Amino acid sequence: MAFEESTKDLIANVASLGFDLKGLIASKKIAVDFVYVERDQVTQVGEYNLDALFIRLGTAIDTIGAKRVVLDTIESLFSSLPNQGILRAELRRLFRWLKEKGVTAVITGESGVDTISRQGLEEYVSDCVILLDSCIQEQIASRRLRIVKYRGTLHGTNEYPFLIDQDGISLIPITSAGLNYQAVTGRVSSGIPRLDNMLGSKGFYRGSSIMVSGTAGTGKSSFLAHFADAGCRRSERVLFCAFEESPSQIARNMKSIGLDFDYWIKKDLLKIESIRPSQFGLDMHLIMIQKMVTTYQPKIVILDPITSFSDDRNEVAVKRILMKLVDFLKSKGVTAMFSSLTPSGMPVETSHVAISSLVDSWILLRDLESNGERNRGLYILKSRGMAHSNQVREFLITNKGVELVDVYSGTSGVLTGGARLSMLAQEKAIDLHMQEEVELRHLDVENKRNVLDAKIAEMRAEFAAQEAANIKLISQGKLRKTQLSADKYAMEIMRQSDTQVQSVKLKKDSR
Amino acid sequence: MTDKSIDLRVRPKKVSAKATKAKKYILRLYVAGSTPRSMAAISNIKKICDEKLAGFYLLEVIDLYQQPLLAAGHQIIAIPTLIKELPPPLRRIIGDLSDTEKVLVGLDLKAL
Repeated sequence: MAFEESTKDLIANVASLGFDLKGLIASKKIAVDFVYVERDQVTQVGEYNLDALFIRLGTAIDTIGAKRVVLDTIESLFSSLPNQGILRAELRRLFRWLKEKGVTAVITGESGVDTISRQGLEEYVSDCVILLDSCIQEQIASRRLRIVKYRGTLHGTNEYPFLIDQDGISLIPITSAGLNYQAVTGRVSSGIPRLDNMLGSKGFYRGSSIMVSGTAGTGKSSFLAHFADAGCRRSERVLFCAFEESPSQIARNMKSIGLDFDYWIKKDLLKIESIRPSQFGLDMHLIMIQKMVTTYQPKIVILDPITSFSDDRNEVAVKRILMKLVDFLKSKGVTAMFSSLTPSGMPVETSHVAISSLVDSWILLRDLESNGERNRGLYILKSRGMAHSNQVREFLITNKGVELVDVYSGTSGVLTGGARLSMLAQEKAIDLHMQEEVELRHLDVENKRNVLDAKIAEMRAEFAAQEAANIKLISQGKLRKTQLSADKYAMEIMRQSDTQVQSVKLKKDSR
Repeated sequence: MTDKSIDLRVRPKKVSAKATKAKKYILRLYVAGSTPRSMAAISNIKKICDEKLAGFYLLEVIDLYQQPLLAAGHQIIAIPTLIKELPPPLRRIIGDLSDTEKVLVGLDLKAL
């Protein structure tokens, strides 16, 4: 029962939400009764009641066997009929009557200044009250819904944002996503082989959330693009939500690093959605991403960059939304990668929206500036649940994509780019020099040994000569002694000396 | 407030132009069953018509319990409702019609 729109208007208006009201009326699924009372045609004389309305409703319910009744907006009766007292009593009777009829009734009403409904009546007689409102923050409006009361249930008490688009109303109870998602153990490649190696040789966990952060121009988008490309190569659907570039611009730019996005888009493996963050409220973005994930069913979702959400916005709110988003994507088993812009001049570990605790893997890209050139460095700040490299890597963005190279880390610190190359050349020269030195030393030792050998031989010869001379002297001395004693004996014989003395002396000599 | 002031300006003209009794009055009274209020409304309007519009009126009493579909067709929500179909403008009077003066004003039979 419509109090504000005629049947014709109603049919036209709900068609934009995807409802075929005309068809439903024709097949007797819905009966529409447009109640219209011109205030200035009506004069009240004496007491009245709304029996006619009851009869109309009853007839309509009976003709199609309705189970549900919608009264939109009952309040307009108050503006078109005099005597509020009677109306209030009749309204109360109407609610009771609908209940007795056994139909579920949805009754709309405007909210009052201090009360939920303008007449302060409906919320008391209803079993369930749902409050809709629209709030405007930073010139962006978002619709919200809250269940004020629902008799006999444990209902959610929070305010939930909702969306009205061509598919009707989308409401996703985002806060219901808890921390009980199933962890997935499969791994996915990052699209950069050496980065996979750094991540325990296998890449990221499927269903994890990965953040790539860095200052401007560090190549965040290129990393995301590689990840997207790797997903497409595995024939997985990828949803790329870009908040700063248009789809064609992304496709063009990625072509320069050898990634053909147009091809993947044609194969329906990649969908690039470009949305300005300021276009909708935060909640709306969340719902839209959720809707896209539900309809497109991607395995990988990429958000580039999430920091654009926090422009002029409450960072706490941004974190809350991202938390919900991360929870949602995890519950769907979707691997999410987002980039985060670090403002230059701040410590690189400062993640702008402080969602570092939400992400499973965090790759930090940074500028390494020295010797008048800027080079790009990368390291894995954290990666939950896997052994990951602690090395700083330099990476180059070439026309074949991102390539990782080792940085020079030696006595003079970490060097990259030109400095790394020159240092490597310098090291090579030093190596060469060292080698020559070693060879020289070898020769020197050899020489010295030869000299030593020669000296030894000379000394040996000298010694041999002296030895021979000495031996000769000794034998000569012996000979002389024998000769002397023989001579003495001969002389004694000649002198005819005492024989005893003679024999003793002879004995001594023979010894 | 503005509505009323417009009414006041318009009404005297119409009263002088249309309430000439040259035209016939067609009145419909919608009731629901024979409740005391319905009965009172019926007797009240009959009395007024006989007194002021004798011979110039057609009064039809419709019981919505008997003809429920007419309620939607004629945009009736309150009971009892008296509708002055002719002469124009169309007027609706809701209630038991107990105040004759007010009914006459409502039927453009008497200026305010």
